[in-house]
Amino acid sequence: MAKTIEIRWHGRGGQGTVTAAKVLADACLSGGRYVQAFPEYGPERAGAPIRAFNRVSENVIRMYGPVLHPKVISIADATLIDAVNVTDGAPDDAIFVVNTSKDPKEIREKLGAGDTQKVFTVNATKIAVESFGRPLPNSSMLGAITKATDIVEMDTLLENVKKSFGKKFAQKIIDGNLDATKRGYEEVKEG
Amino acid sequence: MSKKYWETLPQGSVVLEAGNSAKFKTGSWRSMRPKWIEENCIQCMFCWMYCPDMSVKVNAEGKREDFNFDYCKGCGICALECPGKKGNKAIVMEEEGK
Amino acid sequence: MGKIVAVTGNEACAEALKQINPDVCAAYPITPATDLMQRFAGFVSDGKIDTEMVLVESEHSAMSACIGAAAAGGRVATATSSQGLALMWEMLYIAAGTRLPIIMPLVNRALSAPLNIHGDHSDGMGARDTGWIQIYSENAQEAYDNTIQAFRIAEHLDIRLPAMVCLDGFIVSHSIERVEYIDDADVKNFVGKFKAVNPLLDLDNPKSYGPLILTDMYHEYKRAQHEVMTKVPGIALEVAAEFEKMTGRKYGLFETYRLEDAEIAIVVMSSAAGTTKDIIDQYRDKGVKAGLLKPRMFRPFPYVEIADALKHLKAIAVLDRADSFGGYGPLFSEITGSVMSMDTKPPMINKIFGLGGRDYLPNQAEQVLDELVKIAETGKVETIKEYLGVRE
Repeated sequence: MAKTIEIRWHGRGGQGTVTAAKVLADACLSGGRYVQAFPEYGPERAGAPIRAFNRVSENVIRMYGPVLHPKVISIADATLIDAVNVTDGAPDDAIFVVNTSKDPKEIREKLGAGDTQKVFTVNATKIAVESFGRPLPNSSMLGAITKATDIVEMDTLLENVKKSFGKKFAQKIIDGNLDATKRGYEEVKEG
Repeated sequence: MSKKYWETLPQGSVVLEAGNSAKFKTGSWRSMRPKWIEENCIQCMFCWMYCPDMSVKVNAEGKREDFNFDYCKGCGICALECPGKKGNKAIVMEEEGK
Repeated sequence: MGKIVAVTGNEACAEALKQINPDVCAAYPITPATDLMQRFAGFVSDGKIDTEMVLVESEHSAMSACIGAAAAGGRVATATSSQGLALMWEMLYIAAGTRLPIIMPLVNRALSAPLNIHGDHSDGMGARDTGWIQIYSENAQEAYDNTIQAFRIAEHLDIRLPAMVCLDGFIVSHSIERVEYIDDADVKNFVGKFKAVNPLLDLDNPKSYGPLILTDMYHEYKRAQHEVMTKVPGIALEVAAEFEKMTGRKYGLFETYRLEDAEIAIVVMSSAAGTTKDIIDQYRDKGVKAGLLKPRMFRPFPYVEIADALKHLKAIAVLDRADSFGGYGPLFSEITGSVMSMDTKPPMINKIFGLGGRDYLPNQAEQVLDELVKIAETGKVETIKEYLGVRE
């Protein structure tokens, strides 16, 4: 299973976590890669903690099942760190990307992350509210994850954000989300 | 001989403990929390009526007390429906965890 | 090369149905099949296709309406899962007995009780005697490809039987993965125009459907139905060969993976086969001669061909994602039918796994392979049927 990157997203229902996993899958599909994007299904409620997953690989993906050892862990809502075991199964070289106004060093301590694990933070909620007026962090998280992991070209990602939002939303919202994605990329900090 | 886990399950998946949905504390689902501003409360009980979760505690005198945060999911309906006193709401929503 | 997209199994099946544009679709929603038909209904209301969409009050009505439409002379499709399929149970037999080629993606979901919305094969297995053709898909690409091929197989003038295309609930139906769509024109060409046989709407040749037939002739009608089923594998392979010419993707009655020189093997269907293939590779790297057989066509079951593929093995584990309480798992029971035609019987075990959407994890496949290695050495089986991945 070489060259397969596994990602786990933590969020709350209604924040766009599942959409973000889909947009990332669409973006990574370019360049001939194979992808999977799926949420963990349970009773669906806005606000309830949910998990979504991605697999991205150069090779055909045959594995079906939960991602047990995600290389990249996205935490779209920092309150989840207390509510859910966000570090479950994280390997030694895991990369955490967390939406928070706090300092990355503080988050590193809160997560109990190991020295070989990377921790990135971005104030995705603030960026979202400034970019399109709603506290939906996941477009910003996509930008941050791209900077932290280099998983896909930024241009390709932006194209897919545009395509995905273009179907349902007004131009202002699409542009706002593109801005949020770009700012997530630019403003994410490592700690 | 000790029983296997699956041998201890209730027959036919019957739920034998009455009213045990009270054990399912859904308060952890909140990302917004209602704040009760007592001085603006006219005790109209709209919040109690509208709350889908029975999260507004009512005392023996029929007056409301603070929210039951074990169950409140932060839907905000109470804040929306609250008439308040002279335009000042008795319930406002604020971010959880602040 | 067709369009490459990232879609769910349900999206892919809905797309296949859209490209085929059936005459009538009568449907009722049920998790996890709902968004398949919802999408399809969306295509209809957007005017992209002109299927007559009949929104009925239950799955029993859905299949009843499909039967009516098919008997009238239309190309008909629907989709359902679990309790929905169970509710249509009596109608399934009627569709097959009346020889109506209705196509139905079945999004496999566990049957109640207890109520469960997740993926296992109990619904499809409950319908294995109905006379429907049953094809199982490993992933979204197969679900898409099988749906398209199913129309050709079911509508073949030598066949005329209803067919269900199975895909795992949530695991495949709701997971987004890379799929290659075929061009609209190619799909239309491949499936061709619908040929009606004895349509009720042919008013120049009036006829009746649904007679009462008692002890004098029922037996002979069923004998004829059995005979038709025996022709299905041949037609399915012809259709698959044509499909391969169009797409480059190869399909058979089953798939083998590193089986030819294997000593031990796992027999398993649908998405779990995908996961198992990765573990087979890992064991091969360790020097263990492991292989896999993934049945695709479950009804009719290719006993002789599978026997041929399995007869050289020293130990076999058949994994069932459904149980038959009081019996062996359904797939295991079919494989024993294969073993019947072998000169020497390889030792076999039956594992019931993944019920109600319980995850099938790599360590479960490893556990099974480790047990098979032991059985191959000793030739001895301790317990034939066990549950895999259950909390003890």
